Amino acid sequence: MGGAYWQGFRAGVPFVLVVAPFGLLFGVVATEAGLDIVQTMAMTVLVIAGASQFAALQLLSDNAPTFVAILTGLAVNMRMAMYSASLTPHLGKASLGMRSLVAYFLVDQSYAISVVEYEKAPARVLPEKLAYFFGSVSPIAPLWYGFTYVGAVAGKAIPPEYALDFAVPITFISLVAPALRSLPHIAAAFVSVTMALFLAWLPYNSGLMVAAVLAMMAGAAIEKRLEAKA
Amino acid sequence: MSDLSIWVTIIALGIGTFLIRFSFLGLLGGRDLPDWLTRHLRYVPVAVLPGLVAPLVVWPAATGGEADLARSLAALTALAIGALTRSVLGAIFGGMAVLYTVQFFL
Repeated sequence: MGGAYWQGFRAGVPFVLVVAPFGLLFGVVATEAGLDIVQTMAMTVLVIAGASQFAALQLLSDNAPTFVAILTGLAVNMRMAMYSASLTPHLGKASLGMRSLVAYFLVDQSYAISVVEYEKAPARVLPEKLAYFFGSVSPIAPLWYGFTYVGAVAGKAIPPEYALDFAVPITFISLVAPALRSLPHIAAAFVSVTMALFLAWLPYNSGLMVAAVLAMMAGAAIEKRLEAKA
Repeated sequence: MSDLSIWVTIIALGIGTFLIRFSFLGLLGGRDLPDWLTRHLRYVPVAVLPGLVAPLVVWPAATGGEADLARSLAALTALAIGALTRSVLGAIFGGMAVLYTVQFFL
């Protein structure tokens, strides 16, 4: 089980490269928007979901009503309900306390790292799967908190030529590209991209949700058809 | 923005986000899911992440929403390296290397 924890840890280490600058950036942007250090850290620790934190902060700075900032942040995080459903067959039998802890640490990176491993090694037992999950998030979460703090205290803007905005898309592409291993997976990704772009005008990030559901249906339908043929 | 609205946002977003993450995992727990549902759930990663990223690549905020050669090439490089070599780290480094190189020469 210690082995599974360290395997997960090693799989999580590369994402330090992305999480650290992203946390730094959030710390800088939050203090520039007028949050004090306690508020910045409270948000980072309680929400632990960068994209929604940026979105809510942006709306508050634009003087949008508070409930709009909250709902937009939540809409950005709705994808995590799908992550939660997707992990249920693997981790659903864990104790309630464990499942709560998994839920708190269910970020894009820990989800993507763990679900890929669970599909690759379905024989792993529940304690190993849990250990792998917590291993994967161990290098990520502390750095997310830590670098947010550094950004909030240092408070200096990061020069734009570092193009750190793009570290986020690059990581997600790098995470998902190795999963494009069969026709249904490729078709689902294709539907996801085209529909997300086509529906980008929908409010509250809902275009992404529609695109994701259509993409899942495409993947499942093609998988079923290929099975029927085989 | 007032201190109150900041704290209300932080706490509501924190609790709400936890409940979203807890939802299925917490409420369904160990119950077996029907086959058609697990068949769909297998595609969650490839259904969500590409759609999340596509607008960031095509309309990057840093360029004011204008498509940008360096970012597009970097995204394609990461995709190609990741798909061909299955190396996540290789894809991240390759993509960022292309981004910096193209930006340097333009």
